[in-house]
Amino acid sequence: MIRTQGASLAGGFRVQRWTRVSLAAAAAAVLVIVVLAVVPFLFGADVTEQLTALLIFVILAVMWNALAGYGGLISVGQQAFIGLGAYGTIFLTQHGIAPYLAMVIAGLGAGAVAVPASFVMLRLRGGQFAIGMWVMAEVFGILVTLDSGLGGGTGISLNGLDVFAPGYRQAYTFWLTLICTTVLLGTVFFLLRRRIGTSLQAVRDDEEAAASLGVNVVRSKRVLFVVAAVGCGIAGALYLANTLFIQTTSVFGVQWTAFMLFMVLVGGLGTFEGPIIGAIIFYLIQAQFGDSGAWYFIGLGAVAIGFALFLPHGIWGAIDRRLQLRLLPVGYTLRKLRPMAPTVTDDSATDA
Amino acid sequence: MTWVNVLVQGVLLGGFYALLACGLSLMFGVMRIINLAHGDLAVIGAYLVWVIVNQTSIPPWIAALLVLPVMWVAGYVMYILLLERSRRAGMLVPLLTTFGLAIVIENVLLQIFSPDDHSLLSSTGTLATSSVSVGGLSISTFGMLTLATAVVVLTGLQLFLSRTTSGRQMRATAEDPDVAELVGINARSVYAKATAIAVTIGGLGGIFLAIRQTFDPSTGPTQLIFAFEAVVIGGFGSPWGTLLGGIVLGLAQVIGAQVNPQYFVLFGHLVFLAVLASPRGGILVRRGGTL
Repeated sequence: MIRTQGASLAGGFRVQRWTRVSLAAAAAAVLVIVVLAVVPFLFGADVTEQLTALLIFVILAVMWNALAGYGGLISVGQQAFIGLGAYGTIFLTQHGIAPYLAMVIAGLGAGAVAVPASFVMLRLRGGQFAIGMWVMAEVFGILVTLDSGLGGGTGISLNGLDVFAPGYRQAYTFWLTLICTTVLLGTVFFLLRRRIGTSLQAVRDDEEAAASLGVNVVRSKRVLFVVAAVGCGIAGALYLANTLFIQTTSVFGVQWTAFMLFMVLVGGLGTFEGPIIGAIIFYLIQAQFGDSGAWYFIGLGAVAIGFALFLPHGIWGAIDRRLQLRLLPVGYTLRKLRPMAPTVTDDSATDA
Repeated sequence: MTWVNVLVQGVLLGGFYALLACGLSLMFGVMRIINLAHGDLAVIGAYLVWVIVNQTSIPPWIAALLVLPVMWVAGYVMYILLLERSRRAGMLVPLLTTFGLAIVIENVLLQIFSPDDHSLLSSTGTLATSSVSVGGLSISTFGMLTLATAVVVLTGLQLFLSRTTSGRQMRATAEDPDVAELVGINARSVYAKATAIAVTIGGLGGIFLAIRQTFDPSTGPTQLIFAFEAVVIGGFGSPWGTLLGGIVLGLAQVIGAQVNPQYFVLFGHLVFLAVLASPRGGILVRRGGTL
């Protein structure tokens, strides 16, 4: 498949991955990262804090979408890894490890926990996987609550960041978040472009058929599961760094799944760009309506249902269908060689 | 004697979980849908009875008889408005929409009833608190009533599925909806009926919940998890497996609480995870048929 990239086929078609638009978009993405990197120099700590929160949402949305949109694994329990990342950071700093280093280790640690967990969880399919993950998150939450060294159920603060002046602390946290976002999104992006990306989409669409064509179903899912765990773990650690205080109910709570589901469904399930857009939309909605309590959640739930039923590929999916726009391509585009001819696309990422 | 008492408590608690679980199991068996709003629908049943009992002088058991038909209609409407379209959109979509529904229900309840605890305990008189003394053991009357109800419901469901035309149609549709349609079964109406039955039994479970403990708008998810654990431990799709699963879960929780009150929920979860990790993945895993 990859060998035919950019090659001409009989009949005047051409398979390509990068188009002029997507090359421009990739360049723009690099530019955005560079611009974001200088934000702490230009704005105050509050803007930096807000952007940190936004980037954490981006990480979470991309991870949940990687599982659900590419792996067909709907997880109601990713908060298990968010909580492990956050409490792992607390645990490591209590044992003398510098906070920022602890966050990265805790995130990777969440991935390490995901490896054995995957042997149990990936036996489950569909709704069984969804609730199985939920139970796992509950178990981790209870175990942390039982440990008084981690603050029990009353919550605990992150110590060790107070050596930095507040402005610097916020800037460092933001830069770490930006680096993690870039690395994690880059990992998912390149993973999906490789053979395993194609394998996973085949598994998502028909597990038996994929297996019969030689796809190692469980191994493909396991790679994704662990990557998503690392992403959520790091997001949890960064959330802790941004808020400095956590409780088991806040980090192990199922509301994280509600947020991720909303971001991914609104942005576009199974598209690479969609969750990023979804995270931005969710961030704006939360800033606007986050104080409305129950109504805020009623709205989130209702909108998520609406998208699932009537616009299953979300906002980005709708744009993509109309404009044939791939900003960051993980699939391939089939194009006619003649100029100005309408293009036909064949991207399994948008066909569910 | 303490441990015998613990075992009895566990079995009775298991009856309650079986009651909560049979709707979940039925919907999965017939439609392959796991309804993530099942626990919240049960809590709606609890709130409806609570409202009737508090606004009028109607006793709880008559209120329950009024509420169950409402739950039936709610289930039917839920299928038509939400699940029909979700089911046709793919295997994963029902999970997304029922999770969305769960969030909506919990927060509508929160908006209407505030986060305060409610209970039917005070309006059920001595039923909820009395107990029978057997050979030095004191066994809760209400616990026995719950277990008996679970057995009656499961038997009824079993007889319905095996003896009645509707039940046979349901099994046929569960087996192969396309072939069922070919022989003249309206799959849509079968699915809607299965959902209605499931939600009604869920509502009944919710009413028992409201009598045995306090509830609030966020009670649903925990009940969903317990119900699901009972279904999985027992092996998916078999009614008696569900009862057995409920009892195993109940025993695990009660034994956990005996070790340390904080281990009540944890032990249940751990047994569930152990069953998942076991080679068979369930105690009574049925080979072949779905119901």
